[in-house]
Amino acid sequence: MDNEKTLEILRILEDNARLSSEEISEMTGYTPKEIDEIVKKAEERGIILKYKTLVDWEKAGEEIVYAVIDVRVTLTREKNYDDIAKRIAKFPEVHAVRLVSGDYDFQVVVKGKSLKEVAFFVAEKISTIPEVLTTVTHFVLRSYKEEGVLLFKDEEDRRLAIVP
Amino acid sequence: MSREQERVSKRVQELKPSGIRKFFELIIGRDDVISLGVGEPDFAVPWRIREEIIYALEKGITSYTSNFGLKELREAIAEYYRKFGVECSAESVLITTGVSEGVDIALRAILNEGEAVLVPEPCYVSYAPLSSLAGGEVVAIPTTPDFKLSYELIDEYAKETKPKAIVINYPNNPTGVSYSKKELEEIADAAIEHDMIVISDEIYAELSYTFKHISIASLNGMEERAIILNGFSKAFAMTGLRIGYAIAPADILEGMLKIHQYCMLCAPVTAQIGALEALRNGEDELEEMRAEYIRRRNFFVKRVGKVLDVKMPDGAFYAFPSIESTGLSSEEFAERLLFEKNVAVVPGNAFGECGEGYIRCAYAVSMEKLREAVDRIVEFVEEL
Repeated sequence: MDNEKTLEILRILEDNARLSSEEISEMTGYTPKEIDEIVKKAEERGIILKYKTLVDWEKAGEEIVYAVIDVRVTLTREKNYDDIAKRIAKFPEVHAVRLVSGDYDFQVVVKGKSLKEVAFFVAEKISTIPEVLTTVTHFVLRSYKEEGVLLFKDEEDRRLAIVP
Repeated sequence: MSREQERVSKRVQELKPSGIRKFFELIIGRDDVISLGVGEPDFAVPWRIREEIIYALEKGITSYTSNFGLKELREAIAEYYRKFGVECSAESVLITTGVSEGVDIALRAILNEGEAVLVPEPCYVSYAPLSSLAGGEVVAIPTTPDFKLSYELIDEYAKETKPKAIVINYPNNPTGVSYSKKELEEIADAAIEHDMIVISDEIYAELSYTFKHISIASLNGMEERAIILNGFSKAFAMTGLRIGYAIAPADILEGMLKIHQYCMLCAPVTAQIGALEALRNGEDELEEMRAEYIRRRNFFVKRVGKVLDVKMPDGAFYAFPSIESTGLSSEEFAERLLFEKNVAVVPGNAFGECGEGYIRCAYAVSMEKLREAVDRIVEFVEEL
């Protein structure tokens, strides 16, 4: 697989997954067939994980609560980081799990319908895992940037219509 | 002639009004126009550069700098220009208020009354008027239909007119044409043969797609006769900050400095601070913008190429399609496209007489807008 071509297609798709192979072909000069093959291979190899839509749910009128949980754990011979992380990650309420450096071990993002729901989920499902020592829950009050996309109105185009 | 007209100098009266200006008036007040008429990036100044400027203002860095500009910036530019093949020291660099000032003071520094200047066209709108204002005689070299300079072409015009200088710009506004090293050597040979100074406007150097940009000043025998002009407007999307620079042989730079110190004193210090940050840390943003321009260029040429004859641009962010097949003049085409489809482009004759029969389309707009504009252009041509 031509690596430079693959990377260019991935960059384009990461920004806009809805572009057709024809349009990507027009942007890159690669043939649509070539692009289809590269995309298929990237999907098969798990380089492309999924095509999703980035939704501003608040604007859509849907109440969604996110919380970032700092989780400290203790390791044993039987249970390492991977084992504990997988256990946490499998809950559908869990949006993201990351092993991080610093004061705590895992950063867990939990998604729920209300503060109460999220708080109880943490108390009942995460804190009760034997290896978990402490949890600190930070509720998200407002989001300003997600997945590299600004959630506030950015600067408008102030250019004049015609300049040399 | 009325009194008002008499008060304005003959030199200025004789200047042709900019063709772009005229078209600009037509657009004012129209809503929903998608403009491909804009010769500047659609990106704002990268945030890290703005932060640096804000921080400088907070620290109270607001005074004049040396006439030459900040020493650190001149050093950074000298180091940076190795990338384009030029070995020079900070002493050869003068910070200007954009390339526009650079063109002006370079011409004024070298021209005596009546000396000829070769101006290959189509080209950026300021070279000819600024040459005239400096007392020079403009000799336009038409480069259509391939928009390229060659030894023969320069030789043909230089023989007759014994020019003092030639103004080149590559990658070119408005055609997008650029030159390989071999092609540049031809231009250099012609310049040496006719003992000309080469004013090389390299503002689009970073936006070079077909060739790795090489400065003509790096070629044999050119160091002593090339004035490099460049700036931060296009590569780092810093248009409104008005910041550029000149790299020139000592005697010419000294001459330029004399004019610069009287008419400009120094380039704005905030813009100089931003420029320094751009050179130190702006590479990533630059690469992102470059990659995006290449995609848009390919997209534009592919789609518009279905209805108009358009050459693949080597650089900058302009395409220069021929509209000859439509039977319309450049101005008719641009006006009707504006009124009927709400898309603004610039008539090619704004860039010199030989630009008639072409339109300049700047693809420095978002992919979404570009797609819409291109569809409208195709529709417009098909309906003619």
